[in-house]
Amino acid sequence: MKKLDRNGRHPVRLTLNGMPEEGFAEPRMLLTDFLRHEVGATGTHVACEHGVCGACTVRIDGKAVRACLMLAVQADGAEIETIEGLAEADGSFGPLQQAFHENFALQCGFCTPGFLMSLSEYLEKNPDPTVEEIKVALSGNLCRCTGYHEIINAGLDAAKALRERRQQTD
Amino acid sequence: MKPAPFDYVRAECLEDAVAVLAEHGDEARILAGGQSLMPMLNMRLVRPEVLVDIGGLPDLARIEDESETVAIGAAVTQGGLADWPDLTSALPVVAAALPHVGHFQTRNRGTVCGSLCHADPSSELPLCLALLEGEVELHSARGVRTVPADDFQRGVLTTAKEPDEVAVRARLPKARDGERFAFLEFQHRHGDFAVVAVAAKRSGDSVSLAVGGVADRPEVCHWDALPGDAVDDALNDLAWALGGSDDIHATARHRRQLVRHLGRQAIEATAAGGAGA
Repeated sequence: MKKLDRNGRHPVRLTLNGMPEEGFAEPRMLLTDFLRHEVGATGTHVACEHGVCGACTVRIDGKAVRACLMLAVQADGAEIETIEGLAEADGSFGPLQQAFHENFALQCGFCTPGFLMSLSEYLEKNPDPTVEEIKVALSGNLCRCTGYHEIINAGLDAAKALRERRQQTD
Repeated sequence: MKPAPFDYVRAECLEDAVAVLAEHGDEARILAGGQSLMPMLNMRLVRPEVLVDIGGLPDLARIEDESETVAIGAAVTQGGLADWPDLTSALPVVAAALPHVGHFQTRNRGTVCGSLCHADPSSELPLCLALLEGEVELHSARGVRTVPADDFQRGVLTTAKEPDEVAVRARLPKARDGERFAFLEFQHRHGDFAVVAVAAKRSGDSVSLAVGGVADRPEVCHWDALPGDAVDDALNDLAWALGGSDDIHATARHRRQLVRHLGRQAIEATAAGGAGA
């Protein structure tokens, strides 16, 4: 049984968007703070810090989760994907980013990384969602600029783009 | 906000968790999915000395199809149970309730047993445990005991689980032939806690209705027979007996009205087919 002392800083090794990363965390350090302050991946945003707003959504071992409801030490050994990993290899927008760009699906942009990471998993599970299904899937992400209409359209456009891409590669 | 400092133990087996709880008692807390505990830690509503993480224990991550029941281990997530292929046939009311438990992102980590142990009065899984008369298996250094649903949840965020005990699995009775179920809830936004949630079960003439969000825990009412013209009076009596109160989300009167309306819809749905059809 491994006990991590509250006052110690303990090594955390994880894979972030395919690259190995390493840092140190007290047991109480949230994954959000580890990503932003230890690793320097500040694309993951922090707002409510109690799991309500979805701004900090990242993918851990493929699943979209709230990074504020997870300790950094729990992520030791995990594969993590964040907004920084959504762009294409040449730096251009990926399909989700492109759809948000074209639909004006962001105003201030603070909530956007969370929406994209939620959709990133959801559209793998449900590649051809209805408007109602997208609304339910996105109900766990809050946008205070009230841009939901455009976000829903962007989600539908992204789903279409991802389906077309899959057809080309299958 | 950030949690207050604590020691963190990654349990490598169930005995690790039991040993830490035996040593620290109510100074220790079990962490599984963390979707109820982490918000409370972040807001410093709880300040344990030590957290014991059982989320990575493979033995607890199993859904076991037993002959009459389904045993759900303490590390099984709500999303994992929702993806279980036999869920709709074995536990139709749970299949109907799970999409209402938080959001898919919280269901990806939140555990079934964690939700039962958190014991929010308006939460869906404790409601299912109550309706189905399931049970929770508790382990401690003193031994193992199994607590039936009616004895497990005592009140708001309060269960029979002692500070040195860990909930290892929940057992839910499987749907039998001829049983029909329905689940309905009213919430202000999708994924919020229910203002009122109801789950109904019909077996022959007998009807059971579990109601969450009104009393300080889910309550179940049984009727040996409930003809259509008796439903409104029965639900009116139940709505008053549950003794709901006003809060920021709804008035007691609104809750009584929701019990009458959702209760009738759920009971009628079991007659027409419902989730078990």
